[in-house]
Amino acid sequence: MPELAQASLETKMPAPATERFFVRFTRQQRAMHAVLFTTFLGLAGTGLPLRFSDSIWARGLAGAVGGFGAILSFHKFCALALTVAFLIHVKEIFTRGLYRREKGIFWGATSMVANWKDAKDLFAHMRWFLGLGPKPQFERYAYWEKFDYWAVFWGMIVIGFSGYAMWFAPFFARFLPGWALNAALVIHSEEGLLAILFIFSIHFVNTHLRPDSFPMDMVIFTGVESEKEFEHKRPQEYARMVREGKLDARLGEAPATWYVRFARIVGFTAIFIGVTLLVLTLTAYFD
Amino acid sequence: MTRAARIAAYFLAVFSWPADWLSQFLLSSCRRTSALSLAVLALSFTPFRTLAQSECLACHADKTMQDSAGHSISVDGDKFGASVHGSLQCNNCHADIKEYPHPDHIAKVDCKSCHADEGAKLSASVHSSSKDHPCTSCHGNAHEIFPKTDSRSAVYPLNVPKTCGQCHSDGAMATRKGLPSVYPHYLDSIHGNALNKEGLLVAANCQSCHGSHGILSHKDPNSPTSKANIPKTCGACHAKINDEYQRGAHGQGIAKGDLKAPVCTDCHTAHAILQPTESAFRMQSTPICGSCHKDKLSTYHDTFHSQLGLLGGYVETARCWDCHDAHEIHPASDPRSAINRTNLITTCGKCHKGANTSFVQYQPHANARDRKLNPALYFIRLFMNLLLISVLTFFVIHTALWLIRSRFDQVKRNSGNGGKNA
Repeated sequence: MPELAQASLETKMPAPATERFFVRFTRQQRAMHAVLFTTFLGLAGTGLPLRFSDSIWARGLAGAVGGFGAILSFHKFCALALTVAFLIHVKEIFTRGLYRREKGIFWGATSMVANWKDAKDLFAHMRWFLGLGPKPQFERYAYWEKFDYWAVFWGMIVIGFSGYAMWFAPFFARFLPGWALNAALVIHSEEGLLAILFIFSIHFVNTHLRPDSFPMDMVIFTGVESEKEFEHKRPQEYARMVREGKLDARLGEAPATWYVRFARIVGFTAIFIGVTLLVLTLTAYFD
Repeated sequence: MTRAARIAAYFLAVFSWPADWLSQFLLSSCRRTSALSLAVLALSFTPFRTLAQSECLACHADKTMQDSAGHSISVDGDKFGASVHGSLQCNNCHADIKEYPHPDHIAKVDCKSCHADEGAKLSASVHSSSKDHPCTSCHGNAHEIFPKTDSRSAVYPLNVPKTCGQCHSDGAMATRKGLPSVYPHYLDSIHGNALNKEGLLVAANCQSCHGSHGILSHKDPNSPTSKANIPKTCGACHAKINDEYQRGAHGQGIAKGDLKAPVCTDCHTAHAILQPTESAFRMQSTPICGSCHKDKLSTYHDTFHSQLGLLGGYVETARCWDCHDAHEIHPASDPRSAINRTNLITTCGKCHKGANTSFVQYQPHANARDRKLNPALYFIRLFMNLLLISVLTFFVIHTALWLIRSRFDQVKRNSGNGGKNA
C-alpha cells in the first residue's frame, strides 16, 4: 500500500515553523488517559487468563505476569488505581460544572452528554460512508468519542461494582442476595470482555488507525494538534472558535521532538499489547 | 582348580591337618596324580558323616568359586553363621547332597519343606509362576537371610520397597511383562517419603497393602487391594478416616456393593499418594471427582473458584472437598452434610470470614445457561451477551465502512493535490 506509507511519512515530517498548534486536552486529561490505558492493559492482561483459564495460553500468561499469587494482586492493584482516577474525574466534573458553574460541562457543544446533533451526525456519517451525502461537520466531541467515553464510564461502574462485590463478598452480602454474587462474575466477565474487544478493535481503529489519524492520533499524548488537523477533523468547533474569537486563546506550543518520540513508543507499545490480547481473546473465544 | 585338587583340599580340611601350606600347595600345583592318591587314601579311612558347615566351606568359602554356568557358588561363612539359618547344616536345605563328592548338578533348595504355609500362599499368588527362585527374589541371598526385624534383611520394612522395586520399576521385569512401573511413584509418595526420608517403620510399604507371600491381583475379590477391600486395607492404619468414609455416601455405596462408588485409591491413587494439602494434589483432585460428577465439574468450571484455581500454582480456592468434605460426604439434604443449609455458614466461613446467611446463598454450581435452574442468572447472561453482540456488530460494520470511505477520500484528495498517487 504505497499510499498508506506516504500518508504515514507525511505525519512524521517535521511541521513547518509557521504551523500553529491548538490545545485540545489539558495536562490533567492526558494524565487521566495515561492512567486509564495503563491500568486497563493491566486489568485486561490479568483478567483474561482468569476468564479463559482453560485456554492453552492462560497458564503461560499467568506465569509471565508473575505467577498466581501475583496475578490477582496485580488485578486488584490496577483496579484500585483506576478507581482513584475515576473518582478524581467525577469530582472534577462536579467541581467544574456545579461549584465553578463552568458552562458546557453538562450540556452544549463542548459537553460529553449526547445531544440531537450526535444522532444526526451518526446518520449523516453513515450516509457519507455509503456515498449518499456530505461528510458531517463535527463539534468538539464527535458521537463515537462520546460513545467511547460513556462506554468506559458505564463499564467502570459496572465492572468496578461487580469486581468489588466479589473482592469483598461477605461485606456486600450484607445488602445483596446470594445470587447477586453469582451474577457479579457473569456481569464482570462479560462486560470486561466487551470492554476488551471494543477498546482493542473499535477504539484503536476509530481513533488511531483510521487513515485520518494513521498510525496514531498523538493529540491524547501531546495535548495539541496542528491547525490543519483541527480544521479538518472538527470543522464546526474550529468555525465556532473563529466566530467567537477564541481561537488564539487555544494556541499551544508545538510538542518537543523527544516527547513525541517517547509518546509514540508508549502508544505503540500499548497498541501492540492490546492487539496481542485481542488475538488471544479471539483464539480462546472461538476455540 | 581341578576337581581332584578340590577333593584333596576337602579331606585336608576334614582331618584338620595342620598344614595349610600343604592344601595351598595342592590347590595350586594341581598335580592330579598325587592329589587323587591322597583322596583315595583318605576315603578309605573315613566313615560317612553329616556334612557340617565347615566341611562345605572348605571349598565354598572360596569367593571365586563358580558353577559350570558361571554363577557364584561361594558362601560367606561368617554371614551365614549370623543369619537366621546359621544354626542349620548345609544339607538340611541342600537335602540331595548325601555324600562327598556331590554331583555337579544339585536340586534347587525347596524352602517349602520347612516354610510350608508361606509356600502354599506363594503358590496361590501372582508370583507363583516366577521362573526365578521365588523366595530368594525377595529374601535375598539364600545364605544371608535375616529376620524381617533385622535392618540387614531384604524384607525389613525400610528395605521392602527397594526389594520389590527390583522388578516393579522402570525397565525392570515388570515393564517387560507389561506391568505398571510403581516403584518410582511410591518413592515420591507420602508413604515413600515417610519411609525413605524419615525412616518411619510404620509407614506403609508394599506389603502393608499387598501382603507378602499370598499377593493376589486386585481383580481377585479376596485381595486386600481389590476395590471392595481397599477401605479396610487403608483403614488398618487410617482408622478414623475409614470411619468417616464408611459413614459417607461413597463408603455406603461400597458397603452396598456398588463398585462404581470411589474408594481411597480412586482419589488418592494407589502408589503416587500425595499429601492432600500439597498444591499438586489440590490441582489434580477436582478432575478426579469430575470424572464421575461431570455436570458438577462443568458448572464448577464457570465459577471464580475454578477460574483462579485452574491457573496452576494458586491453589487456595475451594476444591470439591473443601466444601463437600473429603471422606464423610453426605447429600445436601442430610443434616450431617457440610453443605447442608444449617452448616453452610461454617463451611463457607472456613475461607470467607464474615460469611452470613445471604452470602451462603451463593451458588457454587450455578449454571447461567440453565433457564429453569437459575432464571435470574440466565437472563443477566443473555442481556450481557446481547449487549456485547449488538455493540460489536454495529461498530464493526460502522468502522469498516468508515475505513473504506475515508481511505477512498484520502486517495482522491491526494490525487487532487497532484500527489504521487494522481
